[in-house]
Amino acid sequence: MGDELGSGRIQKAPESFLSRDGIKTVFAEAKKGRRDFIRSAFAAAAAGVAAPVAMAQGNPVPLEGGDPNILKLPEHSTGLGQGVASDGGYGKPSKFEANVQRRQSPGLTQTTQASVSFAPLQSLFGIVTPSGLHFERHHQGWWDIDPSKHRLMINGMVKASKVFTLDEIMRLPSVSRFHFIECGANTAVDWGNVAVPTVQYTHGMVSCSEFTGVPLITLLELAGADLKNGKFVLAEGADGSSMTRTIPMSLILSGEVFVAYGQNGEMLRPEQGYPLRLIVPGVQGVSWVKYLRRIEVGDMPYGTKDEAVHYIDLQPDGQHRQYSSIQECKSVVTTPSGGQVLLDKGFYNITGLAWSGRGKVKRVDVSTDGGRNWRTARLEGPTLSKALTRFNLDWVWDGKPAIIQSRAMDETGFVQPTYKQLRSVRGTRSIYHNNAIQSWLVQESGEVKNVQVS
Amino acid sequence: MFRFPKAILVTALITASGFAAAQGAAKFPGIGRDATPKEVAAWDIDVRPDFKGLPAGSGTVAAGQDIWEGKCAQCHGFFGESGEVFSPIIGGVTKDDIKTGHVANLRATNFPGRTTFMKVASLSTIWDFVNRAMPWNAPKSLSTDDVYAVTAFMLNLSGIVPDNFTLSNKNIAEVQKLMPNRNGMTHAHALWPGKEFNGVNKPDTQNVACMKDCAPEPKVASFLPDFARNAHGNLAEQNRMVGAQHGADTTRPERKVGDTESPARATAPKADSGNNETKAVLALMQKYTCAACHGIDKKIVGPAFMDVAKKYPGQVDYLIKKMQSGGVGIWGQIPMPPQKITDAEAKTVATWIAAGAIK
Repeated sequence: MGDELGSGRIQKAPESFLSRDGIKTVFAEAKKGRRDFIRSAFAAAAAGVAAPVAMAQGNPVPLEGGDPNILKLPEHSTGLGQGVASDGGYGKPSKFEANVQRRQSPGLTQTTQASVSFAPLQSLFGIVTPSGLHFERHHQGWWDIDPSKHRLMINGMVKASKVFTLDEIMRLPSVSRFHFIECGANTAVDWGNVAVPTVQYTHGMVSCSEFTGVPLITLLELAGADLKNGKFVLAEGADGSSMTRTIPMSLILSGEVFVAYGQNGEMLRPEQGYPLRLIVPGVQGVSWVKYLRRIEVGDMPYGTKDEAVHYIDLQPDGQHRQYSSIQECKSVVTTPSGGQVLLDKGFYNITGLAWSGRGKVKRVDVSTDGGRNWRTARLEGPTLSKALTRFNLDWVWDGKPAIIQSRAMDETGFVQPTYKQLRSVRGTRSIYHNNAIQSWLVQESGEVKNVQVS
Repeated sequence: MFRFPKAILVTALITASGFAAAQGAAKFPGIGRDATPKEVAAWDIDVRPDFKGLPAGSGTVAAGQDIWEGKCAQCHGFFGESGEVFSPIIGGVTKDDIKTGHVANLRATNFPGRTTFMKVASLSTIWDFVNRAMPWNAPKSLSTDDVYAVTAFMLNLSGIVPDNFTLSNKNIAEVQKLMPNRNGMTHAHALWPGKEFNGVNKPDTQNVACMKDCAPEPKVASFLPDFARNAHGNLAEQNRMVGAQHGADTTRPERKVGDTESPARATAPKADSGNNETKAVLALMQKYTCAACHGIDKKIVGPAFMDVAKKYPGQVDYLIKKMQSGGVGIWGQIPMPPQKITDAEAKTVATWIAAGAIK
C-alpha cells in the first residue's frame, strides 16, 4: 500500500482509497442513512473495484421512520437514577461489560493455582490495564495477606540484615512509574503453529500499570549492602512457592528496580502480590516477585527452580539459555484481531500495543497485505520507557481478504522479528520469549482468524 | 529533597570496601531495624548451586520412597513419571548423559516432553525447591532429612545413585558431578539485562524495517482447524457487546459471504448466578485445598465434583465419610488422603455435592 513514513494518514492505495474529507462525508451521510450516496462515493474512489454494498447496514433507518431507541424515551431519561455510594463504596464496571474478563485457556494447565489467566487485550483502550483485568500468573495460588503483618528482610552481603514493615517502607521517598509486565511465556503456544484463536490467548500475558513504591537501591543502602561484590540479588516471595529469582545488581544500581505497594492509584491487588511486589522493568514477569518478603545480596546467581527448570529457553543444539530475562521489542494489533467480526466494509481504526524491554518504542509499522507493504502508525502519547505504547492506523476495508500485521522498532534500533527469523535462530521448542510478528487474516465474511504466513 | 541523580548517588555510596556507606541509615533515620539472627535463620532458606545455605542432614533412597508414596505420588505419579497434573519429573535421561553432562534427548525433536531431570543442571535447585515449596498443598512441612530423602529417591529413579544410597550434605557436591544435564546451560545470549555473565550484547534476530514490496505474496501456513472453532468457548461472549468489531459466534459454523444472518449479534453478558451456597463451599475448598485435586466440572487428579454428584446423588452421609476417611480405587489408583475437615464443614460440602455440585 502506501510507502510514506510517519503519517498514519490514509495513503493513496490501489484499493480502498478515500481521502480524509471523503471519509468525513461518508460518515456524515451514513448518519443520515443516505446509502446511495455512500455507494457512489466508494464506487468513485475505488475505480474498477466492485462497489461495496450496504455500508450502513449496522445502523439502518427503520421502516417506521425512526429508531425506537430515539423515538421512545427510555427509562433512564424519564426516571430517577441511583444515589451516590450505592454500590457498596467501590464502583464496578457496567453490567454490560461482563464479557470483558480475564480468562483461562482451556487445557493449558491442570490446576487453577499453578496457572494463568489472560487479559482481554481485544477490549482494552490506551496503555493502562485495569487492575481487575491484569493478567494473573500464580505458582502456588494467591493470597490476601494482612499488610500489618507483612515484613521485608534484607540480608546476605550487607553490613546489617534489616527488617522493614509496610509502615516504614511507605514512609520512604516514593516513585510512580508506568511499566509493562509480560510473562516470559506470553505467545508460547504459537511458537510452532497457531494454537489459540484470539489475542487474549496469544498475547494476554502482558499488562501495564502505574506502579508506586521505593527504589530497591534505597533499601540496600539502608542495609549497607556490598554493591561492588554483590553482583546478584535474590528476590523471594512469602507465598507457598516462596517464588525466587536472581536479579542483576546492575539493574538495581540504575535505580530502575523498585519495591511496589501501589498500582494504578490504589494498593496492589492480591493477585498481583499485595502488599509488596518487586518491579523489574523490561524483564519477564517471573522476576517481579509477588508477596516480596526477602532480598538477599550475593556474589553468584541462585539457580532457582524458575531459572533452572522452567523459564529456560531450549535451543536447537540441545542447550538451554539460562537467565534469559529481557522481553525484546514486540507488538500486536488488538483490533481487528482473531475471533472478531468486522461488521461491514468501510472505515476502521487498526489499533494495537507495542513494547520493548530495552526502552522506548520508536516506531510501529502496520501491513494489511501480509507483510509486503507497510505504513507507519500513529503512536499515541505518552511513549514511555518499558511501558506499553498504543498505536493507531486508519484503514478502509474493501471487503477483500487482508492479512494484518504490526512490526515495532525500539529506541535501540531493534526491529521485531518475523516467525521465520525467530525460528531460524531458536527453533520452535524454546517456549519463552516469542516476540514474532503476529498475523490476523480478515476473511471476506468479515471474520478474523489467527494465522501464520510463510 | 530526596531526589538524587542515581549515578551520583551510587558512586558516593560505594566505598573502598564495596559496602554502601552508613549514609543510607543516616539519611532515613527511624526506618527499618536490624534483623535478629533467629529471624534471618527462619527465612534465609535458599540453597545456591555451590550449596551455600544447605543445612546438614541426610536421607536414604528407601526413606524417600516412603515419603514419596505418601505425599508426592498423588500429583507426580509413583515413579515421578506422571504428566497428569504437572510436567513429569523423571525420565528421558541415560547413563551416557550422566557421563557427558548433556541430555541427548534434548537434541532429538521427536522425543516427547522434557522432564525436570532432563533439564536441570544444578542439584541444589531440586533440594531448594522441594524444601521451600513442596508438598503442593503443605509447603515447607518436610524436615531437612525428609528433603534429603526425597531428593535421593528422585536421583535413584533417574539412575544417578544406587538403591542403597544415602544423600547428605557431605556427598551432595559429588552427586552434582553426575547430574545428566549439568553442562546443558548457556549464558551466551542477549536476554540478561546486566554484564554479570559476560553474555553477548547483540540480539540474535536482525529484522529490518522494509516498507515496500518487502516479501513475496504471503501464504497462510498455519491456522486453527474447524473442529477447534469453539474450543475456547463462544468468542461472541468474550468481546464487548458494542465496538468496531464484535466477537464471532463460534457455536455456529463459520459465516460465509452472502449469508443473510447478522455476522455477530451483540451478545449480552450472562448474569452472575450469585449462588451463595456455592460461594461458601468454594471458600471451604480453598481452606482445605480440595481444588488442588478436584475441579467442579473437570477431572484433575481426582474426579470432578459434578461426576461425584452423578454417582452419589443425595448421599450426604456417605460423602462426609469419604472426605474424612479418604480412599482409593473407585476413581483410579491415585489415593485421596483423609481430610481433617470438621463434621459441620464436611456436611456443607457434601450437601452441595449431593445436590449436583452446581456452579
